Amino acid sequence: MTEPIIRLHDIGKSFGPNVVLQGINLDIRPGEIIGILGENGAGKSTLLKLISGVYQPSFGSLEIGGRHYTELDPVTSRRLGIAMIPQEFNLVPTLRVYENVFLGQEIRKRGFLDRNTMRRKTREVMQNLQSSLDPKAEISSLSVAEKQLVEVARVLVDDARVVILDEPTTVLTDREVSVLFDVVRRLQGAGVAVLFISHKLKEVKDLCHSVLILRDGQVVEQSSTDDLDEENMARKMVGRELSQVFPEKQGHGGEVALEVRQLSLNSLLSDVNFSLHRGQILGLSGLVGSGRTEIAETIMGLRGKTSGQVLINGEVCNITSPEDAHRHNLAYLSEDRQGKGLVLSFNLIENITLLSLKRYIKGLIRHRAERRRAEHYQQALNIRTASLQTEVGLLSGGNQQKVYLAKLLDIEPEILILDEPTRGIDVGTKHEFYRLIRRLASEGKAILVISSELEEIIGLCDQVLVVREGRIVADLHDEQINEEDIMLYAAGARGASALNEAGVALS
Amino acid sequence: MTQVKNMADRFNSSVNRLGLDLTILAPLIALVVLLVASSLASEYFLNSRNLTNVMRQVSYTGIIAIGVTFVIIGGGIDLSVGSMVALVGVLLLYALNAVTDPVMAIVVGILVALGSGALFGVFNGLLVTRGKITAFIATLATMSIFRSVALYLTDAGEVVSRNPLFPNLGGGYWLGVPIPVWAFLILAVAAHILLFYTRFGRHLCAVGANAQVARYSGIRVRTVILGSFTIAGACVGLSAIMLSSRLNSISPSDAGVLYELDAIAAVVIGGTALSGGKGSIWGTVIGALILGIINNMLNLLGVSPYLQGLVKGSVILIAVLVQYKRQQ
Repeated sequence: MTEPIIRLHDIGKSFGPNVVLQGINLDIRPGEIIGILGENGAGKSTLLKLISGVYQPSFGSLEIGGRHYTELDPVTSRRLGIAMIPQEFNLVPTLRVYENVFLGQEIRKRGFLDRNTMRRKTREVMQNLQSSLDPKAEISSLSVAEKQLVEVARVLVDDARVVILDEPTTVLTDREVSVLFDVVRRLQGAGVAVLFISHKLKEVKDLCHSVLILRDGQVVEQSSTDDLDEENMARKMVGRELSQVFPEKQGHGGEVALEVRQLSLNSLLSDVNFSLHRGQILGLSGLVGSGRTEIAETIMGLRGKTSGQVLINGEVCNITSPEDAHRHNLAYLSEDRQGKGLVLSFNLIENITLLSLKRYIKGLIRHRAERRRAEHYQQALNIRTASLQTEVGLLSGGNQQKVYLAKLLDIEPEILILDEPTRGIDVGTKHEFYRLIRRLASEGKAILVISSELEEIIGLCDQVLVVREGRIVADLHDEQINEEDIMLYAAGARGASALNEAGVALS
Repeated sequence: MTQVKNMADRFNSSVNRLGLDLTILAPLIALVVLLVASSLASEYFLNSRNLTNVMRQVSYTGIIAIGVTFVIIGGGIDLSVGSMVALVGVLLLYALNAVTDPVMAIVVGILVALGSGALFGVFNGLLVTRGKITAFIATLATMSIFRSVALYLTDAGEVVSRNPLFPNLGGGYWLGVPIPVWAFLILAVAAHILLFYTRFGRHLCAVGANAQVARYSGIRVRTVILGSFTIAGACVGLSAIMLSSRLNSISPSDAGVLYELDAIAAVVIGGTALSGGKGSIWGTVIGALILGIINNMLNLLGVSPYLQGLVKGSVILIAVLVQYKRQQ
């Protein structure tokens, strides 16, 4: 067996009396892909920060290339060939691909930038990654997947030996994910070790050789992925039996709450028709960029529709702003929780009452009434926080999402549009959300769920619409709701115009 | 453990209710230290005449700083306030001299000052919200425009009031406290209530923190920003009334010069982040007091006026550095 690049000896971390990670032993060898699993708060990011030198270990030590480090810093870690590709990309949008690839490590000739060499090397790296991305393209013109590729290229020109990928697939379409996996396997072939963090168990099972599962700061499982199926992974992560992931479906609901007729939006949407019933969970599936979010944003008045009608409880409503929509008891959970959903510098209370503030004003804002309401949601939704005065930016993803949902629920909406309601959330919290969404439906609310996760669409929804290129191409019920059918419609292999082969429609 | 946390929580929330967010503790401590140091350094400092004068001086820029606090919390900046003081002052004195009945004249004058200030604020606000010009550039332009108009109208000459009652406004006292100081303190209380107890205040913070989130939350982002500039303009109007009535005249070439910098400095020293989204009125009040006392001390101690800018600049830098460290 080859010598490990990095060896963790009984490493741990505490903040004051709080031990957040302990007793981690791990060897990272060249050409190995190791999956790291755990719920939010299990210690994954702490572990990564120890390896990349952001944190110093409180116990144990790191051995890199035979040398022990107790005081590793990010610069040293980077110099030793440890590179991290963050969830949020660190690219300069106004610069070109090659400029970003060599950012901070520019090649110079007689003191001036050697653009030609940098462009050539960037092209070579891209070829190695089997991509034809133009080194001169501007970052702002790239898709999410292409930006990720630039991050990978950046790491490669720097001769990284260990690459850490932190939830790299959350923002990618299925096809982009498979491209990324090819890239990762190629890295592995070149002797690079990869640490892969994901919430998606199937991906970990498919890609990784071995897996490290953390719970409450300790290792609960460390084994080869051949010996562990997805169900067992989930069980180990959560530490209890996951009896039933999805709550039982309720069939079809009552009267129509929301009806959309011949909705069009420039070239993005054309002739969208559907109705959503009370008590129903309607799924909106389709590839990223197919127009799902645009449908939601047009209904909410965030985008001005070109033509068409939106009816609420049978009456035509002219909704031109989210304020109008809220007045019609219509609420929208955006897929971009941090950019469009929550004010991260506000505390929980201020976020929860942001839409419903009017109700807490009797002349002046009644801070105590706001607080009581927030306490109610803290209990009802099981929001874990030290204090309601905490800035929501400091909460974990799952808890942020609960605060976001509470914010919507506080206007007592009749219709909820949930766009990627469980994005970036750990398995345990996901289940809580599924039960919650079903409970809201059984209370008579009409719910539209937009999701890129097929499993979620299939498990949760009573009826599924498939969107492709701004049109609804399929309306699926009961047994028709399965992975194969949805994918065939979404990719255009079946349905209105099957001219485009699967995948071509991808943005 | 939980009990301690509960207590801390309760402390926090009661402190919050007073608006004395823990973030303004640092400027408050700085103010106390400064007061103690000043009274030790000069025997004249605690003299009631001196203190009254300092307070009066502080109130002119302090009133403007309160207005600018709103603009900055909303994510903007207003560089035009100093020039606006001159222009509003000129308009105010013209109106004052145009009406014969002295009491009536003062009423008209006050209305003209507050109204024209608010109107100029609206103009700034429209440039930012409708014209989509960055606040920095828009108000840089209007800074130049307002001063220029004021100079043109008066041919750069001083305008003197002919109203016998007018000087009583800025020079008068009530319960031994100068009227401009009353105006400053009452405005501060009103502004605090507006910021912490009304929908406008909450929405302004949301807009300043993340305009996109605010839009998705159904907040009328443009109206809110327009409101913040209007408030700043009206505050300038109030300050112009106090200043011109104290002097019984206004000189368009030097009235309000560099007030924008003093106002922004007071806001920053008071702990309001220039990035927007958060702020405190009491912080700004304390910031204005700190600047005023430093000025006064330098005068009392006979420090060269040429060095006063250096001291003021250093205080601003220290304040920002302390804030930055805290955010880390």
